[in-house]
Amino acid sequence: MTIDSIKNGIVIDHIAAGKAMELYQILGLGKLDCSVAILKNVTSAKLGKKDIIKIDRELDLDWDIIGYVDPNITVNIIKNGERVEKRLLKLPDTITGVIRCKNPRCITSVEQELPQVFKLRDREKRIYRCLYCETQAGK
Amino acid sequence: MENVRSLIDILELSVEEIDEMVACATRIMDDPAAYAHKCGGKILATLFFEPSTRTRLSFESAMLSLGGQVLGFSEAASSSAAKGESVADTVRTVSCYSDIIAMRHPKEGAPLVASMHSLVPVINAGDGGHNHPTQTLTDLLTIHHEKGRFENLTLGFCGDLKFGRTVHSLISAMSRYKGTRVVLVSPEELKLPSYVKKEVLQKSGVEYVQTTDLEAVMPELDILYMTRVQRERFFNEEDYLRLKDSYILTLDKLAGAKEDLSILHPLPRVNEISVAVDRDPRACYFKQVLYGRYIRMALIMKLLGLE
Repeated sequence: MTIDSIKNGIVIDHIAAGKAMELYQILGLGKLDCSVAILKNVTSAKLGKKDIIKIDRELDLDWDIIGYVDPNITVNIIKNGERVEKRLLKLPDTITGVIRCKNPRCITSVEQELPQVFKLRDREKRIYRCLYCETQAGK
Repeated sequence: MENVRSLIDILELSVEEIDEMVACATRIMDDPAAYAHKCGGKILATLFFEPSTRTRLSFESAMLSLGGQVLGFSEAASSSAAKGESVADTVRTVSCYSDIIAMRHPKEGAPLVASMHSLVPVINAGDGGHNHPTQTLTDLLTIHHEKGRFENLTLGFCGDLKFGRTVHSLISAMSRYKGTRVVLVSPEELKLPSYVKKEVLQKSGVEYVQTTDLEAVMPELDILYMTRVQRERFFNEEDYLRLKDSYILTLDKLAGAKEDLSILHPLPRVNEISVAVDRDPRACYFKQVLYGRYIRMALIMKLLGLE
């Protein structure tokens, strides 16, 4: 299967197989009016299988969110058909407005306009905790 | 506000700052009259969104003993929270009426939100099952006065170690001292959460053991910290009724304890310590209440920049 290469835009590569749709939703790519291609289960020498997202437009993405979904993702910036930049991502120290605290005792459960902020507490184990109640993300 | 020092979590205070506050509280105890006007003209606001007579009175007593004044409310129903006002808006308003705020709230993280919007220092007076730093300061002052040191102590924690925020905070605070050893005594369902074990005890290299048998470990202990199984922390009444009488400390159970054991309890007690134990010289829980008043005086002065 072939997908047209893009002239000016972004290629999000080395997404763990099956994670592309999650990233698509979190980044709000469904709101874009340009072409967005999602390639699933592409053969990869490094990962075995991987997902790729191609966005046919230059835009400023939230790199922190991509790093939170998977710090092994690489982002390629394409201009005039050439890769002009390759960004390696890392786990962000803080993520805001991406995940919600599930603790029913947290202040954010009753004051819903408060920003949902999570802080990185253990980089090795990728553990984030709610800024307010310290509940672990996803628990 | 960034340029205002608040106290939300006990670990915001360094070991050196805790030493300074213990020393300050000791000076106050030795000569209360010298501090009777330190906070003249200052106002403490006690914002208690859930009732806690003991903690509120302790803060009010501390401020009055420093010559300051107090205002506030003692339950959410008598505040504008009942009308749906946010914590941020309440605190923006109250910080115009006061010089320092003590806040208790049933929701975890509410005092942190308050500190982000307040013009004056905010003291966390308990947020749900999360933090209660002034109880920990009280416990630390008690330990220091009873034992004369923080290092090389074996602390036994007994009862509800799952929801007991005072237990989590005291373990965190004591893990910073050399030679601390921790003995955890609880029913299976109320064990210390694994994240506290991993992120506090194991990270600090503190030696700890877990058991369900209080009497078996009693001879090892320098401090015995008893806790109440709190009804308000359970979503299920049946679980509460099943677990509430797991451990009841009696004089018989103290038979094998050290002569200089110190028994602490954050209070209020229900039935987990028999009243007969009150007469035992090792019972420190009512002295602990008095220490609570002095350490809060030291804290108020520190946050107001008066010491």
